[in-house]
Amino acid sequence: MLLIRCPYCQEERPELEFRHAGEAHVVRPHNIADISDEEFEAFFFHRANPKGITHERWRHVHGCGRFFNAVRDTVSDRFVTTYKAGEPKPALEEHKA
Amino acid sequence: MTSFRLADVGRLDASKTARFTFDGRSLSGLEGDTLASALIANGIHLVGRSFKYHRPRGILSAGSEEPNALVGVHRDAARRTPNVRATVQELYDGLSAVSQNRWPSLAFDMGAVNNLGAPFFSAGFYYKTFMWPKAAWKHLYEPQIRNAAGLGTAPEESDPDHYASRYAHCEVLVVGGGAAGLAAASAAAESGQRVILCDEQAGLGGALRFESGSQIDGVAGWDWAQATAAKLAGMDNVRILPRTTAFGYYAQNMVGLVERVTEHLATPDPELPRERLWHVRAKRVVVATGAIERHMVFADNDRPGIMLASAARHYLNHYGVAVGREVGIYTANDSAYGAALDLHRAGIRIAAIVDLRDDPRGEMIDAARAAGIELLTGHCVAKTGGRLRVSSMAVMPKAGGASRIIPVDALLVSAGWTPSVHLFSQSRGKLAFDTRRQIFLPGAQAQECISIGACNGTESLAETLEEALAAGAQAVRGVGGEASRSISLPSRTAESWTGGMSGSAPGAEPGKAVKAFVDFQNDVTAKDIGQAVREGMRSIEHVKRFTTNGMATDQGKTSNLHGLAIASEILGKPMPEVGLTTFRAPFTPVTFGAIVGHGRGALFDPTRKTPMHSFAEEQGAVFEDVGQWKRAWYFPQAGEDMHAAVARECRTVREAAGMFDASTLGKIEVVGPDAAEFMELMYTNPWKKLGVGRCRYGIMLREDGFVMDDGVVGRLADDRFHVTTTTGGAARVLHHMEDYLQTEFPHLNVWLTSVSEQWAVIAVQGPKARDIIAPLVAGIDLSDEAMPHMSVREGTILGVPTRLFRMSFTGERGFEINVPADYGRVVWDAVWAEARGQGACAYGTETMHVLRAEKGFIIVGQETDGTVTPHDLGLDWAIGSKKSDFVGIRGLKRPDLVASGRKQLVGLKTKDPKIVLEEGAQIVADPRQPIPMKMIGHVSSSYWSENCGRSIALALLQDGRSLMGETLFLPMPDRTIEVEVTSPVFFDEKGERVHG
Amino acid sequence: MAEIATRMGPLDGRSLATNAVVIEAARPASRIALRAPSASLAALSLALGVDLPDRPKSAASRGTRHAFWLGPDEWLIIDEDRTDLNVACRGAEVLHSCVDVSHRNTAILVSGARVEDVLSAGCPQDLSLEAFPVGACSRTVLGKIEIVLYRTAEDDFRIEVWRSFSDYAFTLLTEAARDLSS
Repeated sequence: MLLIRCPYCQEERPELEFRHAGEAHVVRPHNIADISDEEFEAFFFHRANPKGITHERWRHVHGCGRFFNAVRDTVSDRFVTTYKAGEPKPALEEHKA
Repeated sequence: MTSFRLADVGRLDASKTARFTFDGRSLSGLEGDTLASALIANGIHLVGRSFKYHRPRGILSAGSEEPNALVGVHRDAARRTPNVRATVQELYDGLSAVSQNRWPSLAFDMGAVNNLGAPFFSAGFYYKTFMWPKAAWKHLYEPQIRNAAGLGTAPEESDPDHYASRYAHCEVLVVGGGAAGLAAASAAAESGQRVILCDEQAGLGGALRFESGSQIDGVAGWDWAQATAAKLAGMDNVRILPRTTAFGYYAQNMVGLVERVTEHLATPDPELPRERLWHVRAKRVVVATGAIERHMVFADNDRPGIMLASAARHYLNHYGVAVGREVGIYTANDSAYGAALDLHRAGIRIAAIVDLRDDPRGEMIDAARAAGIELLTGHCVAKTGGRLRVSSMAVMPKAGGASRIIPVDALLVSAGWTPSVHLFSQSRGKLAFDTRRQIFLPGAQAQECISIGACNGTESLAETLEEALAAGAQAVRGVGGEASRSISLPSRTAESWTGGMSGSAPGAEPGKAVKAFVDFQNDVTAKDIGQAVREGMRSIEHVKRFTTNGMATDQGKTSNLHGLAIASEILGKPMPEVGLTTFRAPFTPVTFGAIVGHGRGALFDPTRKTPMHSFAEEQGAVFEDVGQWKRAWYFPQAGEDMHAAVARECRTVREAAGMFDASTLGKIEVVGPDAAEFMELMYTNPWKKLGVGRCRYGIMLREDGFVMDDGVVGRLADDRFHVTTTTGGAARVLHHMEDYLQTEFPHLNVWLTSVSEQWAVIAVQGPKARDIIAPLVAGIDLSDEAMPHMSVREGTILGVPTRLFRMSFTGERGFEINVPADYGRVVWDAVWAEARGQGACAYGTETMHVLRAEKGFIIVGQETDGTVTPHDLGLDWAIGSKKSDFVGIRGLKRPDLVASGRKQLVGLKTKDPKIVLEEGAQIVADPRQPIPMKMIGHVSSSYWSENCGRSIALALLQDGRSLMGETLFLPMPDRTIEVEVTSPVFFDEKGERVHG
Repeated sequence: MAEIATRMGPLDGRSLATNAVVIEAARPASRIALRAPSASLAALSLALGVDLPDRPKSAASRGTRHAFWLGPDEWLIIDEDRTDLNVACRGAEVLHSCVDVSHRNTAILVSGARVEDVLSAGCPQDLSLEAFPVGACSRTVLGKIEIVLYRTAEDDFRIEVWRSFSDYAFTLLTEAARDLSS
């Protein structure tokens, strides 16, 4: 069981309190009703699924209830960092320990 | 049988006897024995048959690495544990053990014929033999293999024991309670930090249990261990867990421990859990798991009586048991000399020490010589004799020459020691190969752990203790603590670990046609490994799978390094290049009971009950599971079956009224100045113009345009909506709404609160619904004019605050009384009293389903399956056509969602009104077409409708709305059913009854 | 509020006392789920008579009224004297959402020398006094359900749980207590 640092609770909590919520930084278009089929396909269906560093959403569903973003390495299954929803992707260099 | 128990040797109390049986034979041992030591004390070495060849097998070890001595331990009919290692099972009075994998008896086993057929059962046998003919697999090979496969017999009754589990947190977890672990724990505990120390054995001490020559802090090693353990046990910040195996090392220093609580007790307190699973989260882990002795790989090295040298010392020095009277030693390292010397001192004759090394030197070798023990250096054991027990060894110079037969009744072997790097490797630490000693040691660490002592390749006691004290202090400092006092532990030891070899010994090279076992439990020989390499396996992972080396329940604790050494020798590559198989959890087998822990029976899954559950129980309702909820399914009266009860309930609701417990519906209160704006985004419907006090049926889509949920929403105030969801969708819908609110629409000032369980919901439906509730309600005008269909009011009922909805899922005039849950039963009872006076009944979920199907109302999850749009359901009217955005608005325009040929909701009437269709049945246009037929739709709901006097069904049918009146067919296994396509509304098509 | 009917809680009459712990159903209380932006905190604190905590995993109490921080804009307010908290909130004319959840939750009180061990049968958080001091409060899990855990004293915890999950919670705690007392 992983420990995940909730950026709102400001401490590491057991994975059991969290729920994964898909890829992060996928922005819903403001004019969604008017976008083309290709744009909708890119927004709704396409996901990165990288080997290595991935940006993903989690929710501290059995804690503070907040959605937040995380940088995780899909190879080592280690969280590099977590940050609040709405914040930009962090510069990763500073987190490489 | 004369006893092999020696007087005045060992640490057990000779006066405390314990009786036990083995294969029905009554025997006697001592308290503190393991089953293995007690058997050996009775002169019994033959305890089982091997898996493949059914060869007689004895006791190899004195610990958890045991590959051979697997037995069944039976307490009673339900408590029959197979594959218990006799070397770890503590003896208790009345223990009953049986041998495995033999028929009809251990001494005479028919399966041993496999041994004669051994040439046919070589490595890869299964992969090559059962390939053809194809049909034979199912009918011949698989049943045969299944019959032969598996060790031991599982109990047939359910497990009567209970199991506990616990999360634990500590600064320092020390795994292993030998000299290293005890010293590290002592150093760490001094700081006051939380320390957990676990050990798989019954007591602490580890190798000090058998190392006769060790002294620590001025006393015998064993005595120091007991004193240290007692001191640690007295400290508040220390938790000592004996009989506890650290079986898995997971991410971020989570270590799984399983504690065996009652396995050693004769009559366990039934209140005690059998085992306790510990999920330990440690800031630092000190791994002090020791090392495992390897056997020698030579011809017929598996006869009962052949065992590890350290095991013989265990049995002698701790249990006071001699493993034989005429003992041979076959070794490639110094540590076996300790066994020879200890046995010699105890008066046991040492037939000879056969040492592969040409010129071993050192104190222990000198001591053996001084004791007058015959020492054959540069020699090997070519083979052994004996049927059910070793009786001789054939010794010859390793370079070749004449062999000499030496009679023995036990043969102790030692090829050296393999550090137990299992946990370190599980922690994803990298192993480093020590070329000089030809062993794998902990290398670069992946987690905050420190390996010390024998598992770290440290051989001398003094170095081990020094390393352990430093590790304990380092762990404490690592978590910000202070290693306050420095402890020093002077030590003395006569032990020596010099030497060792891996792979096959001379005379048992892979090319030789002898059975030199590498893996005892899976019957893998040196020859098998050679064959695997010859057949093209290059990686040890392939060799392992081809030969099954290391794949048995012992996971190759004694065999892996030998197997690797043999493969690497044949390939001419160093061991690290051939690779080392991955160490995986569990270290030793873990029971399902321990993993499940408390989560069985009532705690397997929460059972949710509504506030009115007790009423339904009292009325004799039959319940159905809806997710975790128990819901009243129907209320049979005397003599009624389900059909009769549902028919009566359906009729009564439409003729008078019915009461239904709708409390399980999900409820979300949406509050804030932007509440309506948010509702517009989450539901297809328009909400801004919905008046306060009015309700609307809402449809929620996913972004892809498919229906996700539905429910009635009431507006309580400009800034407050009471949203209902499906029972099963409650948590999902709230999560979905929170997701959009927090991440896509965070600018909206609105908040969501689950009130599913705040409100008990009593639905009163039917022509007399208003008459029933009217006497109880205060502060609300219930007239049709003041409170029309689809409205909500707040007032009181029975003096209790209520949110009263006028709504209907039956097509009748209906109310849903929401009251705070703790009042649910009281209000229900009051309404029930009124209802009975009006000839109403209580009805369950089955009647609810029938009544809504009569009206063509959908149920999400029944008429929908995640690929159904509002248009498919004929619910276009619920989509706000003027809206510029809502979740799913773009998805609805996808080409596939607007194309023709989609399945649409229709009704089906069977030509024979008595036939009730099966839900899920497929619809075809032409029943005479060849199979596979073109399926154009399926039945989603189907019931007997008492009110319509016939069967009714809802279906999703391709272009269904253009097929009204057509005749279609449902081919069933026994007949083909003719149906007519109709409107999905079967009752009160004009919908007048809801208005009263 | 004037009450005609008596509240019937899901755990009425249930209690367990062992040599390790005491587990009992709490008295009925009034509760609200309070949501508000930080700008509204002062006014709401004034209206409720308790300072809404703004630190994670914390709580504030005055008398029998408690405010639990559950999330950055979320509090659970409990009044053990069953005072109507909706009315109190109405006094604060600032942006907020107040929803009555008095009956949604029920509470279990667990106390005794082994209370941490009992809770640790199902709660994965570190419940030592260092990590979870007196006054700490957190939404978390207990076995297979969600709870709100509040430490009222060194050896006393209050567990808030949705009413239909309360039987599961009570049963799990009972099993855990059984493990400790045997």
